[in-house]
Amino acid sequence: MDVRDDVVNILAGFSLFADLSTPELESLVETFGEESFPDGERVLRQGLTGSNFYVILEGTASIRVDGIDRSALRPGDYFGEISCLLGVAPVSDIVAQDGLRCLVLPGAELEPFLVGHPRVMFRLLQGEARKVRATTRWLS
Amino acid sequence: MVELTERPFPPGRYPLIVVGSGPGALQLTYSLRRLGIDHAVISDDSEPGGMFRRWPIFQRMLSWTKPYAEPERGTAAYERYDWNSLLADEESNRSIMPGVMDGTSYFPSRPEMELGLRTFAERTGLRIRHGCRWDSTHQDGEDFVLTTSDGGYRAPVAVFAVGIAQPWRPSILELDGVQQYGDLRPAETYAGRRIFIAGKQNSGFEIASGLLPWARQIVLASPSRTRLSVETRTLVGVRARYVQPYEDWALAGGVVILDASIESVERAGAGYAVQTRGAADGRALKFEVDDVIAATGFVSPLRDLPGLGVATFGQSRIPTQTPFWESATVPGLYFAGTIMQGAQGLRKHGIPSNSGAVQGYRYNARVLARHLAETRFGRRLERSRLAADEVVGFLLAQASRAPELWHQRSYLARVLRIEPSEGITDEGIQPLAHFVDGGEVNAVAVALEANGKDDPYPAIYVRAGGALSEHLLPPHPLLDFEGADYRAQLTAALKPVLGGALAGSAM
Repeated sequence: MDVRDDVVNILAGFSLFADLSTPELESLVETFGEESFPDGERVLRQGLTGSNFYVILEGTASIRVDGIDRSALRPGDYFGEISCLLGVAPVSDIVAQDGLRCLVLPGAELEPFLVGHPRVMFRLLQGEARKVRATTRWLS
Repeated sequence: MVELTERPFPPGRYPLIVVGSGPGALQLTYSLRRLGIDHAVISDDSEPGGMFRRWPIFQRMLSWTKPYAEPERGTAAYERYDWNSLLADEESNRSIMPGVMDGTSYFPSRPEMELGLRTFAERTGLRIRHGCRWDSTHQDGEDFVLTTSDGGYRAPVAVFAVGIAQPWRPSILELDGVQQYGDLRPAETYAGRRIFIAGKQNSGFEIASGLLPWARQIVLASPSRTRLSVETRTLVGVRARYVQPYEDWALAGGVVILDASIESVERAGAGYAVQTRGAADGRALKFEVDDVIAATGFVSPLRDLPGLGVATFGQSRIPTQTPFWESATVPGLYFAGTIMQGAQGLRKHGIPSNSGAVQGYRYNARVLARHLAETRFGRRLERSRLAADEVVGFLLAQASRAPELWHQRSYLARVLRIEPSEGITDEGIQPLAHFVDGGEVNAVAVALEANGKDDPYPAIYVRAGGALSEHLLPPHPLLDFEGADYRAQLTAALKPVLGGALAGSAM
């Protein structure tokens, strides 16, 4: 199987991109870059600007706040969207684990990408709503 | 050649082995020799130069060397304008490229580039065992064992500088007669023909540019939109040298540029039938063409290294690497040359390092040589010291003129260590990720950064009491960061590590 086909197949199984056609997924794979990180390396760095939007293809990542692991991210999860959408530095580190491999979109390109793919924007909004709901329940 | 008759480095055990003889390997072996690190260099090629002994296929480089720039040739500051010369400590061996160019273009021809690299190797007396093909690899205890056409080599540290220049194409283009980068016919044989090029990266546009005077029609297709380097203000996107087919399309001159998936490619008589589907609108199109050319990327010829445990990623199968270009999964195995682009660094605003190009990885090689000397060979390299009142001027001069920072934005940084008991020491050039992710010692790093829309600007990273802070200085239209405003802002940023020692330095 071609490497690109492999990535398209992986993406087709992610809820974030569930509404995209195969040509749209192929375009997405070309538009996004691909990165791979050594275990333990920080992908996003708390307090440093210029971060990007990442979608996990393989491996996992820890959400680390002030040096303490708070949660874990898995294939199909994404991160960096809050920094990109608000134009602020991340409030946590994202640390690579288990051979983390991601698709990455430069922060400035997230808005035009979402505007150009309204169904992805809706599903990302659903994801953000779930996070707010979980946080609210935790706080209450 | 001298190298062939001497045949240095017979099979055996060495402290370190370098595989390759392209610019990445040449810069690394030069830098290792300058540090006195004993090592062997082997290469399948008969002469130095790597991929530039054959490519670019239309025989003109994509990276420039300005023969005349504000800084004098031979100075570090001149390197910012000369993307192609390798780096030397001796003044006589610096800035070789402008001396071998004929003045017709500030993009060297391929033969000029090859001559420049060969001249560097000869003048600096580099020793390489040419004609020695690396076949396979395994580990035996602490050693890597390389089986070659000349016999076995063992070393506890191995550096592979084997490039990313093996053309790759997807299975849909695995069809008899479909050509790809590197096996094109002479340009004149495309006279009057309809040509379909799969891929809209630089290689696709290079081919289209070269065939514009010959082809009846050129179609370029891939799923995503073409980006131009002049839009991204980085090396991401099609370079200006290859933009002519894009203008031809924009002005309806006959070139077709499609954002479309290729659904099928079939033989049709003496030519091909290609079906595409638009990425955005799903529109199906069919093309009857005489030639199909795959410009769909390149892979790194890593042979059996993945079997050894070297993790790779992406279509180019680039090894996953640490900030010092060591395999993330096989310690002791490093990479040099264009493969170094696998180390991500901070990739701020999505902008990658220039580690895939000579002007970027030549500095990486120098950093790697120092890193290997200190971490693998027990050397403690000399550091110069600075007085507190020299720090602001030093850092701003680095931001304004240090070629490492200009060519490797957000990847390489100049680091000063600041310890009350030891004073201020210059730790040299380091990967920025290594600086921001490690250490507790008070220190400061300066890098140059870009965001894809503004002019580049200095970024200062200050670590004080274990806490890291980032200070972005504003861009300057003339790229001069040494004025009073910059001194004042940097002085304020450095207060946590230098405190009162900086009083008056902003004056």
